[in-house]
Amino acid sequence: MRVHLKVWRQAGPDQPGRLVDYSADHVHPDMSFLEMLDVVNEQLIKKGEDPIAFDSNCREGICGSCGLVIDGIPHGPDKGATTCQVHMRRFRNGETITVEPFRAKGFPIVKDLVVDRSAFDRIIAAGGYVSMNVGGAPDANSLPIATHVADQAMDSAQCIGCGACVAACKNAAAHLFTSAKITHLGLLPQGEAERGRRVVRMVEQMDAEGFGMCSNEGECEAVCPKEISIANIARMNRDYLRAMLR
Amino acid sequence: MILDARIPSGPIADKWDRRKFENKLVSPANRRKYQIIVVGTGLAGASAAASLGELGYPVKAVFIHDSPRRAHSIAAQGGINAAKNYRNDGDSVHRLFYDTIKGGDYRAREANVYRLAQTSVNIIDQCVAQGVPFAREYGGLLDNRSFGGAQVSRTFYARGQTGQQLLLGAYQSLMRQVDARTVTLFPRREMLDLVVIDGKARGIVARNLVSGELETHQADAVLLCTGGYGTVFYLSTNAINSNVTAAWRAHKRGAFFANPCFTQIHPTCIPVSGDHQSKLTLMSESLRNDGRVWVPKQPGDKRPPAQIPDSDRDYYLERRYPSFGNLVPRDVASRAAKAVCDEGRGAGDSGLSVYLDFAEAIKRHGVDTIAARYGNLFDMYRRITDENPYDVPMRIYPAVHYTMGGLWVDYNLMSTIPGLFVLGEANFSDHGANRLGASALMQGLADGYFVAPYTVANYLGGTTLPAVSLDHDAFGAARSESQERIDQVLKVKGRRTVREFHRAIGSICWDQVGMARNEAGLRQAIAAIQALRSEFWQDVSVPGEANNLNPGLDYAGRVADYMEFAEALALDALERRESCGGHFREEHQTPDGEAQRNDAEFAHVAAWEFKGVGARPLMHKEALVFEEVHPTQRSYK
Repeated sequence: MRVHLKVWRQAGPDQPGRLVDYSADHVHPDMSFLEMLDVVNEQLIKKGEDPIAFDSNCREGICGSCGLVIDGIPHGPDKGATTCQVHMRRFRNGETITVEPFRAKGFPIVKDLVVDRSAFDRIIAAGGYVSMNVGGAPDANSLPIATHVADQAMDSAQCIGCGACVAACKNAAAHLFTSAKITHLGLLPQGEAERGRRVVRMVEQMDAEGFGMCSNEGECEAVCPKEISIANIARMNRDYLRAMLR
Repeated sequence: MILDARIPSGPIADKWDRRKFENKLVSPANRRKYQIIVVGTGLAGASAAASLGELGYPVKAVFIHDSPRRAHSIAAQGGINAAKNYRNDGDSVHRLFYDTIKGGDYRAREANVYRLAQTSVNIIDQCVAQGVPFAREYGGLLDNRSFGGAQVSRTFYARGQTGQQLLLGAYQSLMRQVDARTVTLFPRREMLDLVVIDGKARGIVARNLVSGELETHQADAVLLCTGGYGTVFYLSTNAINSNVTAAWRAHKRGAFFANPCFTQIHPTCIPVSGDHQSKLTLMSESLRNDGRVWVPKQPGDKRPPAQIPDSDRDYYLERRYPSFGNLVPRDVASRAAKAVCDEGRGAGDSGLSVYLDFAEAIKRHGVDTIAARYGNLFDMYRRITDENPYDVPMRIYPAVHYTMGGLWVDYNLMSTIPGLFVLGEANFSDHGANRLGASALMQGLADGYFVAPYTVANYLGGTTLPAVSLDHDAFGAARSESQERIDQVLKVKGRRTVREFHRAIGSICWDQVGMARNEAGLRQAIAAIQALRSEFWQDVSVPGEANNLNPGLDYAGRVADYMEFAEALALDALERRESCGGHFREEHQTPDGEAQRNDAEFAHVAAWEFKGVGARPLMHKEALVFEEVHPTQRSYK
């Protein structure tokens, strides 16, 4: 099959960007979307042109490196999937596909489709952990945790930190990402001691990074490759309010 | 040079305690006077950097990704072993030690493996305290499952994402130290050289992958935690950015490379669908608990599987290994699949796959039970192949998954360069010739949380380390050499892309240095690698420039290193004239086609010393002494 691409090209953070037309021939339906871009890049290199820069690593949907906006949807048309898990059989022969980076104030563009998501690391550094040093841990079975609690914590802990939630949000809010970590740790007894301090610091860091406010439209949940629920956001807001009122 | 593994004396169970007591210490007030560099932020790197930061050492964490959390440890599915004996089923430190030595086909160092088994119990405590959401039972206690053919249930897991949850635990501890300002992150930096001054590791050259600038960093100790070299085969289950560059450059500065021929090929991967493919995806080997593996009896039988009656099918694992059947270990299952495909009996258009059939299991247990057991794996398979495994048999084929070889380290995880430590998959130490399932996560975290903090302190406390400045000639020289290599690769301006060369080297390695190896093939491979290397430097086409984000240039540097490393891999395979674990030499097999070890001549670690590109490296042997476990022939008939 053959597809036409409109790809966002931008040489650097302060340079103007634009959509550039490419066509990808000899596309096999079993190719992943990123493998199709690999093929386009091979052709560009052969022609002596600058290949399209994009991030990817594990190519099996877990590392969170990849993230493209495909026809307006972060990670593309498949529900519960990352960009690297989208396959070309999802598209029609002759179709035109628009490919853009995740766009948000908190994610400045580095080059082409590569964005800087280090703001997420700084949000985690502001308290997304349990403060314990190696060596002091009690026996792992000394503290039973009900399965439904552990399961719920795991649902939130699955976040891969890709940033699709931010890219989908019209306010470029990072509430789903931040609340997933707050919920994961807040549900577990190990995270209880720092629950109030954690939510306050992480929310403040989120605001300082330039992410917007949540207006409760659920776009984040709809594109999340791990299908993390916006109930996490409600929980974060409750925890935040409770911590501030203390 | 005599390789001294510096194994503590005394009974095996006391060795680590003895070493910890004998170790030099660095007092809390003095720790901030040292600089430590940790390269890589997978399980080994993140846990080491976090632990050293907690102790008060200033740490620079240098990594190629945009965030420490992207390292490929994140993709590990199955679980992590620990000798907790929470099941009361007879597990113990000694049994985990024994299983690991035997599983490695008696090619690992006993003392290291014993320490690994000892520290395994602390890892689980540490991770639970960090908030890792392991699977639990209704009573609230931790769940376990059996894995990788073990007779006890000692594997802890977090759904099918154990690696992710363990790495996020280590990452969070690391970010806590970033917040505490003990650890500084250097994202999107690639280590290009190790700086050695007066015989000691004193820093690195790293390239800023966004600006293209070469940076030098001074250190009192450098920890390489940069993973394995599986991507030398081009297609593997590794992440596409995984590479050997940091380890190889350290090797070129004097760190010996041990047992590079010990590579693990995992039997249950989704097969290659076409030459566009960039990587392969593993499916948990638990599928073999209920699926039956078969191929058509007749070569060239291309009928759809449903039209091939039972009488025309060869359930070859059940036929060859009646007692273990479909549950033989990874290396045995992989070789058997290759053998039937080589006979022309493989399934699919390519002929390079075998069927993994659940029809009988579905008939016996019902669709719902099978979906409950394997639903997520079936979904993953369907997403990638567009075939429904509930209706048609899955197709699987072996793929490169893990590399047991790596830089040689002593008991303290220090390489042959004082001050250079190597942790996790990047070292050679604990898995011998074959790694057992759920042992990689255990080793990465043992090295980082529980071994390196003691042994690095011992080195710093017991070594005179005069201050060195970045103005030292050695930094300038290493930086210039890195720059020259970059300039050289950009200057070629040939016709073939880096990916084409990567595919070519991968295909040489896969065909001749893959699941089955022989002398003639290995000699051919070495000649082919040498020829390809010179073609690379004459005909490679690297796009763009060195002064901005240029993933094509980064890729070129990594593939250039594979052009050198692949030769070491093939040479090691040639020189090891025996079969053991994942290393199968066709000349050395039992009459019924199983791996035949040669303990008299090859019960050693082969540690290679670099002597120049194209020059034959020098092999040093570390004899493996088995005092606790008596080596026997593995049999699965």
